[in-house]
Amino acid sequence: MADRERRMTPPFGGVFVASARVMTRDDMRRAIRRMAHEVIERNQGSEDILIVGLQTGGVKVAENLVKALEEIEGREIESGCLDVALHRDDIGLRPVVPEAATNLPDLIDGKIVVIADDVLFTGRTIRAALDAICHFGRPRSIQLAVMVDRGHRELPIRPDYVGKNLPTRIDELVDVTEEGVDLGVMRK
Amino acid sequence: MSLDVETPPGLSKHLLGIEGTTREQLELILELTDRFAEIGKRPIPKVPALRGRTVASVFFEDSTRTRLSFESAARRLSADTLTFSAGSSSLSKGESLRDTVEVISSYGADVLIVRHSMAGTPQRVSEWTNASVINAGDGCHEHPTQALLDCYTLKQQRGSLDGMSIGIVGDIRHSRVARSNVLAFSSLGAKVTLIAPQTLMPPSMGNWPVEVSNVLDDVISDLDACYLLRMQSERHSKGLIPSLREYAKDFGLNGRRCEMLSKDALILHPGPTNQGVEITAEVSTDPRSIILDQVTNGVSLRMAVLFMLLGQHETSKQDEVQE
Repeated sequence: MADRERRMTPPFGGVFVASARVMTRDDMRRAIRRMAHEVIERNQGSEDILIVGLQTGGVKVAENLVKALEEIEGREIESGCLDVALHRDDIGLRPVVPEAATNLPDLIDGKIVVIADDVLFTGRTIRAALDAICHFGRPRSIQLAVMVDRGHRELPIRPDYVGKNLPTRIDELVDVTEEGVDLGVMRK
Repeated sequence: MSLDVETPPGLSKHLLGIEGTTREQLELILELTDRFAEIGKRPIPKVPALRGRTVASVFFEDSTRTRLSFESAARRLSADTLTFSAGSSSLSKGESLRDTVEVISSYGADVLIVRHSMAGTPQRVSEWTNASVINAGDGCHEHPTQALLDCYTLKQQRGSLDGMSIGIVGDIRHSRVARSNVLAFSSLGAKVTLIAPQTLMPPSMGNWPVEVSNVLDDVISDLDACYLLRMQSERHSKGLIPSLREYAKDFGLNGRRCEMLSKDALILHPGPTNQGVEITAEVSTDPRSIILDQVTNGVSLRMAVLFMLLGQHETSKQDEVQE
């Protein structure tokens, strides 16, 4: 989770204290590689695939996924990023992060859009992302890849590709960085 | 629970003028505007951010750009719009300003966009309503969203206003745009020169950080941007200038002066233009003119302002609940 986003997401303030490292850098690299293979298997190739990273934590996941897909397939994979702040149902509860930009290809009609994010929690971000993507066009299908699924869904949304299923308490926090994935809590 | 320190410096509940805003706040709005500009380029240029909110434009004075761009900004954010115009209202039956404002607020407006010929009206209105108030021009006082969109347009062209030399030419005395722009430009680091006949200078410029000149030809070649103001004949008392023709000869931007202007200078005008007075037709179409960019940017900038005022407001309510 980007530092800035963490500061701006309730509960405000406090410091993240990690209690356990649940994935190392290597675990993450292997998980990305496996998810890339699953994407290709499920879609019988990489034709029309568009990887969309959600600002801000999903952008890095998307980048790595694109890299892995390109290595396996030996061709360029289309990608983009999406900021869903203006499509959320909790506007006003989260301040706006000005540097998070949206940048999608002009034409997404007929594409297989794979949304990439770091942590899947309530599912509300993904709902907002589905809403936003449909404003850009009509993809053939939309799929979801996440590094960590920590449970506690509040909407009927499920991921298609998961790096790691991680059962958590609702008050815990999952922090995904380049170094790895940590489970911990916010301390005042 | 407090949000200070770490959170971005939002606006307060109202936007009544550039006076009282910090450089940080101005920069945040300009940054946000970039994001809202991107929405305008989408196939469906609409986001649900302000669903269920109501934006009322309350105009006691005529307007094309400000009003249309505010309304289109509100619609792009999925807010509902109410429109009040003095001409077709119960004002003609003698209803007071205060009653009018209270009626509009009681239809559930969350933001009132107010334009009035008397300076200070938006300030008064903000005391009578729970809604946020945006000043869309009050007499000869301020027009903050115009100044912000001018800053955005300059920043878009040059990356930053820091160190820029900007000349504001024309009817400074009657111009709310000039007042807001002097404050905004200098707050963002530009050097401002006011250029006008002495009769069109404000009676007191207090401690404005500006230089003053009465001869356009003396300073025009040093300007990085030339901001022309509309001659506000409707606000003039008699005898400020000998004639519009003579004003045009000394202060209008014509083909000859355009050649004296540096080749990377920019030409701006808040509109509507009096062609042949402050600007000639050939200059409006000069490649250095960014007058149309100003109009386009008006919508994105006003989306950013609406979003900031409503978002911010909601956050503070949430704080109270948590405390």
